[in-house]
This record gives sequence, C-alpha cells and structure tokens, in this order.
Amino acid sequence: MSPRDLMGAALRGLTANKLRSLLTVLGVSIGVGAVIVLVAVGNGSGKAVQDRLEAMGTNLLTVSTTGGGGGFVRGQAGPANQQYSLTLDDATALADKNLAPDVASVAPVMTSSGTATNGDTSYTVNQVIGTTPAYMPATNTPVQIGSSFTQADVDTSQRVILLGQTAATELFTRPASAVGQTIKLGAVDFTVLGVLASKDSTGFNDPNATAIVPITTLRATQAGYGALSQIVVQAAGQDRVDTAQAEVTQLLTARHQVPATETSPFRITNSAQILQTSQDTAATFTALLATVAAISLVVGGIGVTNIMLVTVTERTREIGIRKALGARRRTILGQFLIEATLLSLIGGAVGVGAALIVTRFQLAGVQPVLVPSSIGLALGVSAAVGLFFGSMPAHRAAGLRPIDALRHE
Amino acid sequence: MAAESVIEIREVTKTYGQGETAVHALRGVSLRIEAGEYVAVMGSSGSGKSTLMNILGCLDVPSRGEYWLDGSDVARLSEDQQALVRGRKIGFIFQSFNLIPRTTALANVELPLTYAHLRRGERRKRANRALELVGLADRTGHRPNELSGGQQQRVAIARALATGPRILLADEPTGNLDAHSTDEVLGMFDDLHADGRTIIVITHEHDVAARARRLVQVSDGRIVSDEVTR
Repeated sequence: MSPRDLMGAALRGLTANKLRSLLTVLGVSIGVGAVIVLVAVGNGSGKAVQDRLEAMGTNLLTVSTTGGGGGFVRGQAGPANQQYSLTLDDATALADKNLAPDVASVAPVMTSSGTATNGDTSYTVNQVIGTTPAYMPATNTPVQIGSSFTQADVDTSQRVILLGQTAATELFTRPASAVGQTIKLGAVDFTVLGVLASKDSTGFNDPNATAIVPITTLRATQAGYGALSQIVVQAAGQDRVDTAQAEVTQLLTARHQVPATETSPFRITNSAQILQTSQDTAATFTALLATVAAISLVVGGIGVTNIMLVTVTERTREIGIRKALGARRRTILGQFLIEATLLSLIGGAVGVGAALIVTRFQLAGVQPVLVPSSIGLALGVSAAVGLFFGSMPAHRAAGLRPIDALRHE
Repeated sequence: MAAESVIEIREVTKTYGQGETAVHALRGVSLRIEAGEYVAVMGSSGSGKSTLMNILGCLDVPSRGEYWLDGSDVARLSEDQQALVRGRKIGFIFQSFNLIPRTTALANVELPLTYAHLRRGERRKRANRALELVGLADRTGHRPNELSGGQQQRVAIARALATGPRILLADEPTGNLDAHSTDEVLGMFDDLHADGRTIIVITHEHDVAARARRLVQVSDGRIVSDEVTR
C-alpha cells in the first residue's frame, strides 16, 4: 500500500466520526497551544525585565555607603559616618585609569528635591540629581531634545538644567518648547538645556519626574556640601563588570582605611548581577509554565490513545475484513498509526495557529514573545505523542487474527 | 499430489479450548479440490463447515493436519505471506457481505487491489470493470447503507473478483438475500464457474447446493459424504 493510499485510508477513518476526531484534535491543540503561549508569556516577562534593566545600563555599578556601620562599634558615630562618606575625591580617584583600569567612567551623584516653577506653573521634582556629564551615557539616560551640559558647565557651576519627560510636560505642556527657557528651582534661575528621553519605570518611582543639574551647581544652590549619595561607575565592558567592582571595592576600602576585620561599608550594586538574577528567575518561571503546559499536552495525548482504542474496538470487524482482503500486519499498523499521528498533527497545527493569534495580545500584563523553537518543539512533540500514544491501539489492531476480528460483533 | 489440485487438506483437525471444555470443530478432514471445480459444502449449524471454510481461506489455522494451497504448505507461510495469499488467490464472499461501512462501492472493490500494490489508475479501471460485471456500474459512488442486500452482495462479489483470484470462497452467500437476489447471485456463480474459476460455497440450503457440481456433506466435524452431483 503506497503512503498516499495509507493516508487516504487514515483520512477516511478520521472523517468517519467527525465530532469525535474534532474533540480529540481539540485536546491536543489545547496542549500544544498552551505550551507555546505559556512559554511565550514566560519569555515575554523575562524580556520585559531585561529591557528595563538594560535601560538602566548593564555595565553599571552603583556605589553607595551603608552609612556608619563601623562607627557604632567604636562608639563615635559622627566621625565614623564621615569617615565612610563618599566624596568627590573618591569619584576622581575611581576615574583614574591607573588605579582602576576597568572603569570607563565615573559620575558622582547627589540628590535633592525641590519645586520647579515656570511662571505660574509649579511642579515638585521629587528627584533633582546633581552629577557630571558622564552620568547620562553611563545610566543610559540620553538627552532627547536640546543638549546635555558639559564638564565646563560643571567646573563653573553653571545654572543649567535637564528636565525629565514628566517634569518638562508638567512645566511646559510641550516638552520641546522647554529648551532655552528659564525656570526657577527653589529660588534660583536655571536655563533648560535639554529634555531627557522617556524611560521605562524600574520601580515605583516615575523615572521621568527628574531633573539633572551639574553637581557643583546643586551643591552651591540646593544641597550644600554634604556627602555624595552615590557614585555611578560604568565598567569598561560587560565582561569587566566584576573586575571593575573589585577595583572599586579595593580602592574605596584603601581610601577610607576600612579595617580588614570590618565588613565593607560600601554597597555596590551590580546591574549585570541583577540582570542575571532576574533572567534566572524568568527562566525558572518559563520552565514552570512549560511544565504545566506539557502536562496538558500529555493529557491530550492520552485523549488520542483513548479515541484510538475506541476506534480500534469499534472497527475490529473492519480490520478483519481488511485482513481477509489481503492487508498485511504493517498495513493495518500503518493506517492506525497515521490516523493517530494525523489527529495529533492537526491538533498541533491548530494549537500553533491559535497560539500565534493569542500571543499577539497582552496576557496578564505581559506582552508574550514567541520562542520559535517552542513551535517546532510543540509540533514535534505532538507528532511524537500521536506515534507514541497511537502505537498501543495500532499494535492491538494489527495483531488481531483475521478470524477473531471477523467474528467480532 | 496432482498438479491441478488447487486445495488439498489432509487429516485436518481444529479444536477450540482445552481439556474438558474443548470443542472439536473438525475431527480429521481430508479433502481435495481440483482447479475449476464448483463445490458446495453442506451441513447443519455447528457441523464445522464454517471452520472448514475459515481454514481453507487462511483466516484460521488448523490445530493439526496439513493444508496445501496451490502447491505450497500454508503452515510454512509467514503471517504476511498468508495475507498475500488471501489477497491474491482467494476471493471471499460472506453471508453478511462485510463491506467496509461509510465507504463507496468503488472504494470497497478497490481495497484488495490496494493491498496488492496496484497503481491508482489500474485499480480504478479494474474495480470499475468488476462492478460492471456484477451489473452495478451505475452504483459505484454509493455507500453500503445506500444499497439493497442483493446489491451489497454483488459489490462483495465484485470485490472478491477484482484481484482475479483462482478460488472463490462463499460462506452462506445467499443467507441474507431474498429469492430474486439469490437467483442473481447464483447465476453469477454459474457464469464464474463457466469461466473456469474454482468456487466453494458453504450453505445449508439445498437449492443453493444443487447448483454446484460436487456436494460435500459435513456433520459433527467429519465429511460424511462427497459426491459429484452433476
């Protein structure tokens, strides 16, 4: 019997009981669809986290101090606090290529908050950042309209300001019209140099409700000459983040004469590590979802077995007739295997189709991202499910003795 | 063994079950059928005539004894070779027609040709010719449930003839048919016999048996008489 004839016989077998075939197909397609969609959702949520973290800058180390951890041990909190405070000199030292060769750029950061006013419009900027121009590329905060300030502006404490999207919109309605205007921050006039590009939120705060000014200006006009809130360090490359972190730790420990017995008072947040952790979490999440989906695929497969068993029992007499007419064992086997595989494959195709449609929409707040291999895998598995779960009934059919099959009522 | 004998069985027994509950369907049957013979096997129900027919048709295997079909020992054939024998050398006609449901007459007749690995075009041609032969050229697209009993049996005959087998085995072929259809089917058998085919008809009806040239009577698993009637 040629493959084409086998296929024809299998198709006739399937169409003989359309509703039953349809329901079996549905079972498999739900399984296959679930695998693809859930993997896509897992992948999508992983991607979303990754995108957000990448928006922060992946080569980024954020150095902050835990305050005066060691101070209390000595019973002199005040001086100890100051001993471990981050200073502009620390930032300068970290930028020294000889001391920390794996550091690409360093930006000291001081933060404050204040009310900005443009004529009658006022807006409370919850984060006014004082820093150097290196901050913008390091933290992946490009200036969208206008231009950034320069090192010269920092050196001469120019009263210039970069506004975040939200701040610019609140003050000027149209962010584009803000450039060149003068606003008041507290009691001081600032010239708006540029508007920052919009950023996705990485937490609860709106990252667009910010303003950035030269650190020297901030110190002179707003925050005073206190300690830095943090130092942002950009490593020279993605693979050099860890060495840069070691260099930073070593340098700061030496500069602040932290005793070897003490735990480091400096907290260094490594964005690559966060990214890695969140990717691991996402992978676990995806695996979990895929497992749940795989279970439904197995259930669909058992449905195929069930239906094929019913079919074989119901068509025992037909099998006997076919054998009396000269059908060989493997012909019968082939016919029933193809029937089972067709059920699974059609189910798989329907599942893929449904999954392609469903993944176009946001699911539970996540934009699913299709994993092409999951489609191939799901189709392959569904074919395998057909072969595997169909083989038992098919063998039963093929093994029937013609006379027993013919006598079956 | 004479070269022209198509079927020869020697001391064939068939026992179902074991020990106390064993049923002896055949208790040592020897029979020789030459090519071109028209044989009727008669017997009451339970006489073992159906078991005999199943063994002759390679649908069942004897418990003991030999079966030579067309010069080869059936017991030595593999399962697949037996399937091949059923497909090529024997045409079956059953009491209950045994057409494949929900499948057209043409597709039913094509089936044994498919198993004989014929090409599609050739299959169609032969199946159409066989259906024409039984006078159903205008019913090729009908499904079994759209045909009368007589028509169904004619489709079954067409199917049995399609591969051009040497032997036709008919088990109570007219058992489910009215008088008119019975006449048609028996007339067809006469024609096929005239064409030189070997026909073995199992029946319990005397008028059916009377059409054959040789009458074998079976009772309680043994052949009780074997005579040439015409």
